[in-house]
Amino acid sequence: MVEFALPPNSRIKPGKTWPTPAGAKNVKTFRIYRWDPDKGGNPTLDAFPIDLDDCGPMVLDALIKIKNEVDPTLTFRRSCREGICGSCAMNIDSDNTLACLKPIAEVKGSVDIYPLPHMPVVKDLVPDLTHIYAQYELIEPWLKTDTPAPTSGERLQSPEERARLDGLWECVLCFCCSTSCPSYWWNGDRYLGPAILLQAARWVFDSRDEATGERLDQLDDPFRLYRCHTIMNCTATCPKGLNPGQAIADLKLALFERAG
Amino acid sequence: MKTGTGMRSALGRARGLGAAGGAAHHWIGQRVTAVALVPLGLWFVFGAVIGNLGADDVAIRAWMASPLNATLMILFVVSAFQHGALGLQVVLEDYVHGAAAKNVAVMANKMFAAAGALFCVVCVLTLALGG
Repeated sequence: MVEFALPPNSRIKPGKTWPTPAGAKNVKTFRIYRWDPDKGGNPTLDAFPIDLDDCGPMVLDALIKIKNEVDPTLTFRRSCREGICGSCAMNIDSDNTLACLKPIAEVKGSVDIYPLPHMPVVKDLVPDLTHIYAQYELIEPWLKTDTPAPTSGERLQSPEERARLDGLWECVLCFCCSTSCPSYWWNGDRYLGPAILLQAARWVFDSRDEATGERLDQLDDPFRLYRCHTIMNCTATCPKGLNPGQAIADLKLALFERAG
Repeated sequence: MKTGTGMRSALGRARGLGAAGGAAHHWIGQRVTAVALVPLGLWFVFGAVIGNLGADDVAIRAWMASPLNATLMILFVVSAFQHGALGLQVVLEDYVHGAAAKNVAVMANKMFAAAGALFCVVCVLTLALGG
């Protein structure tokens, strides 16, 4: 049956509280999930009091400050620090979002940070994305054509055909949406989840692609696509303001159009 | 999420047994029966139940003997059982993990719905045709 509680070895215990910086007047506490595979044991929630007068405005700035100045063992993914790479996705103040786009000022009280929910944890805030990357590979996210490329070297689209991809191409594959989806938590072994389905839509609705039917065949499955029950956590949490719920609905309508 | 065991590759596990196919028809059937049940449900509540409050056995038989009433009643019970079975199947697939338990539950659900719908249809015909 579905698991509604964390397994015993995943339950979070109180952790270390680091000292408040001397002379700090504007202190905010960051409570961060810690788990080290080399140490084993249960994960803990460590508390880091940070002087906001000596810290950048975003949650990622605080994480980098902690790693540089307090505890170099704190482990998280980050790269571009401007919402383009999708690396620093994590659960901040109960919402999945990108740490680099989340202002510390938006969080009331302590800033509680966990890895993306319901994924295996590699270390601290780093989830194991192996399975979701394999699901991305499953949908074959590349242009598939039988018609040879024109000698001009460019496959043309009308402005309207190109506009159909707006709201789809902007996805940075941070997986905030998929890991906020209860259906993905419970059936993620077979359900593709909102991030991968939005990517599937990006290719199904690309006018240049010639494998539309094959792509829909791959989705015509009670689990891969139809585990979506329009809970809409995906759209609510997307840090890029995209609408995976709409993309999934469009895929269902495309399958309806084909069957009907 | 199941992380998977054994040495199968991540892509192999993600592809699993492949796409089952036919899932669009399940989804469409759920919606078609839902839309059908809007007028049929209103007719059932106001026409069949409230409209017959206080009626005796003879009056009910006479009411059901009307071809229109019998047809609407059969459409209602068949749509309701079909819609219920499709919806419950999704719930079972969501929450019952483990292939054996899930398959038994899904098949039992379908058999119950088929038997229930057939029983109701026979009841309607018995009343309508005078058993």
